[in-house]
Amino acid sequence: MPGTFEPLPGGGAAVALDDVEISIIRSLAVQLLELIGPGPAEDASGDPFAELFADGPSEPPADPVLRRLFPDAYGDPEGVADPKAAEEQKAYSAEFRRYTENDLRAGKRENALAVIRSLDALSSAGDGGAVLKLSPDQSRQWLGALNDLRLAIGSRLEITDEDDTDLLYRLPDEDPRKPMVMAYLWLGGLQETLVSTLLP
Amino acid sequence: MLLLFRQCDDFWCAWQHGHVTSAAPLEIERTESAEEVSAVPEPDVPWVTIVHNDPVNLMSYVAYVFQTYFGYSKDKATKLMLDVHHKGRAVVSSGSREEMERDVQAMHGYGLWATLQQDRK
Repeated sequence: MPGTFEPLPGGGAAVALDDVEISIIRSLAVQLLELIGPGPAEDASGDPFAELFADGPSEPPADPVLRRLFPDAYGDPEGVADPKAAEEQKAYSAEFRRYTENDLRAGKRENALAVIRSLDALSSAGDGGAVLKLSPDQSRQWLGALNDLRLAIGSRLEITDEDDTDLLYRLPDEDPRKPMVMAYLWLGGLQETLVSTLLP
Repeated sequence: MLLLFRQCDDFWCAWQHGHVTSAAPLEIERTESAEEVSAVPEPDVPWVTIVHNDPVNLMSYVAYVFQTYFGYSKDKATKLMLDVHHKGRAVVSSGSREEMERDVQAMHGYGLWATLQQDRK
């Protein structure tokens, strides 16, 4: 079925994609890569070792998508901490960010790159589409990238509670958000069926 | 479909460059009264990793992450996922502060929204 991952015998998953679907996923993955970027701490000299040992940023990203992908590790989103505790949580979050954000960015980049590489390796089936076959490892990378893409689009669409998702289903065709909503829902279907191939 | 692709690009682009953006952070519904949480270290009090609800992550994916990363049974992973979904949050692991930072980092890697704090209960 189109837009649906199916398990492969012996592990892995497969999905039939047409050329337009392939270019949508590829384009979104490239944009995600560009958005995640190397991170603010990358050394300008391009020395790979400098990057390895560089501290990450201590401030949360300004972009709402990046803030969702790299949230603060300390602090209760529901609670209002007293000013002293809030200061402390901010300091702990900053320290956590310094030591983790570069690795997190690298992991998400790897997943998005894996998606792009597997799409580029597809040979056309001749009728404007192809069957993408993923190994179990590739499936896990795709799963992470699909989730990051949905988080990014969800953040851009300002989906903040369940009701927002319901509203999106009922958008009129002329709404400028409609194409992004369709992509969001379609990626959700891909992710849902890919998860089911990975669960025992 | 071609239209979808082209427009996607445009809108994403517009969002990326902040033309259509809003800085509203992802928030979950406030169903509980605000509780004060402090990260002041207290020896002997264990730390916990909390996963927060968000409307984007698929329920099946969240359960998958709990099974895969923590090695929880399907039943336990599903119960924790439902707690996150219905109560807005769930404690998914506990231990030393270092262990919880590791778990939170892993959750962020999977795209789940997680924080750590000292267990006050």
